[in-house]
Amino acid sequence: MQLEQALPELLIKIADDELIIGHRNSEWTGLGPVMEEDIAFSSMAQDKIGHAWALYRILQEHFNGSDPDQFAFMREAADFKCCHLTEMPISSYDFSLMRHFLFDHAETVRYQSFSQSSFTPLQQLAAKIKGELKYHTLHADAWILQLCTAGAESRGRMQQALDNCFQLAGGIFEPGEAETLLIDEKVYPGEAALYQQWLNNISPVIEKAGLTIPAMTAPVYGGRKGQHTEHLQQLLNEMGEVFRLDPEATW
Amino acid sequence: MYGGGYIYDDSGRSRQQEEQLQDDPVKLAAFEARIAGGEKIEPGDWMPAEYRRQLIRLIEQHAHSEIIGALPEGTWITRAPGFKRKLALIAKVQDEIGHGQLLYNAAETLGKSREAMINDLLSGKSKYSNVFNYPAETWADVTVIGFLIDAAAIVNQVANAKGSYGPYCRALERICYEESFHLKQGHDAFIELATGTPAQKAMLQDALNRWWQPIMHFFGPPDKVSAHSEKLMQWKVKMASNDDMRNQFLEAYVPKIWELGLTLPDPLLKKNADTGKWEFSDPDWDLFFEVIKGNGPCNKERLNVRKWAEEHGRWIRKALMREEERERTALPVA
Repeated sequence: MQLEQALPELLIKIADDELIIGHRNSEWTGLGPVMEEDIAFSSMAQDKIGHAWALYRILQEHFNGSDPDQFAFMREAADFKCCHLTEMPISSYDFSLMRHFLFDHAETVRYQSFSQSSFTPLQQLAAKIKGELKYHTLHADAWILQLCTAGAESRGRMQQALDNCFQLAGGIFEPGEAETLLIDEKVYPGEAALYQQWLNNISPVIEKAGLTIPAMTAPVYGGRKGQHTEHLQQLLNEMGEVFRLDPEATW
Repeated sequence: MYGGGYIYDDSGRSRQQEEQLQDDPVKLAAFEARIAGGEKIEPGDWMPAEYRRQLIRLIEQHAHSEIIGALPEGTWITRAPGFKRKLALIAKVQDEIGHGQLLYNAAETLGKSREAMINDLLSGKSKYSNVFNYPAETWADVTVIGFLIDAAAIVNQVANAKGSYGPYCRALERICYEESFHLKQGHDAFIELATGTPAQKAMLQDALNRWWQPIMHFFGPPDKVSAHSEKLMQWKVKMASNDDMRNQFLEAYVPKIWELGLTLPDPLLKKNADTGKWEFSDPDWDLFFEVIKGNGPCNKERLNVRKWAEEHGRWIRKALMREEERERTALPVA
């Protein structure tokens, strides 16, 4: 595989992750446990969706990609490369918070590595996004610690959420087909290296919260190959409901 | 958004007069003189019991209207067509929740807690703007809400921002600033449909037909039947009459709607050249009161969503409160 194919593969999976988790986070608008959390999840949703948009624009400009709206709103599930963690329904706040914690730490590690990428458009975007992600992880860490130190019920819930999310989070780091090439070309250091750094970063927070990290026995892979849960197609049907009424129209 | 002009009050005049009699006449006269002189009343200041009661109800209903008002549009966040609309709608609905937060804070300065206000909302004791008890059926509904209902709310809120209670006025100043952006995004999305494909135009016309009556209801019943406005206007709790606000809205927006080639479902709607006032068919006020009583198309659905949020969020709010237990819990050494 050439770099011209390997780079879009990387960009698409990252952008799809961000679009789908952003969409999920936006579902909390109006439903949060306290108004302040409604607002926080809405903000993060806007950031994530904005990142996806920016990445799709890089694809459009540098790799002859489609219009970002068409690309995001018209593809079917099998053409999406997001990991399963992002596509799960919002469920309850404990699940959504834990997903946000695990995902945003992974994003932070990823964009830190992108900020040194040999691919300039990605390197420039990463420099901007890194700053936003700092607040996302600060938010996640603060809430995890707060809830895990407020008695048995809430800590029990957060442990359960960690157990439910952890193998799914492993799927963020599913190896890509052309990874060696991307590593050799210094686009980024590859999924295994990011995974290790992620584990190093989340472990102190999890320990401080009094939670136990389950063993990463079977990370949930498949998303990067277009294999998904039924939740993704449902989400896409909803997301495209209006846009697909007339894809040629402007909305 | 969205304080409507109408302040729901089920307590009747007798209680109001009874409380009024208990106020010290000297203090009352000084209070009224301050308001007449354009001063703002602040939380620690003396105020008549009825002033406090009316303000709590006004600000509380306004706050509820913001968080319930987030729901009809909120259901379209996941379906907004294209990145631009999706991001704008999330940001807009997020602002509305933020307005709710500001307003609950303003109402709390009068002595009622956010929890008590939310409980009264969920029990049905406390009301919110009727307009949110109607369904947002299509994407065009979102543009009608974002353009016209935000516009109507601005008419009311700009007036109220000149009122007498300091914390409410300051909250409204910030809210109005953000609302003017909402109006722009609503107008932009509305124009896009009005100038779009035949299907888009038809969708918009249909939405306009369904929303027109709720919009006419928005400012409340005509002045001739609206109860006890006089004292509230003297105290600068209510700053403009229902009829005046409705007329101001019609004057500003009906021509804009007509210019786009759209129609409004009222054959009598026209501006009287002699009086300069707008004339229109009386909307169904019986229906208005039925919806207030809880019998509108979406009252139950809206409150059920809020109940879901309250019930599912309870363990989290409980966890936030348990400072004492947190201190006692031995943390494992990191």
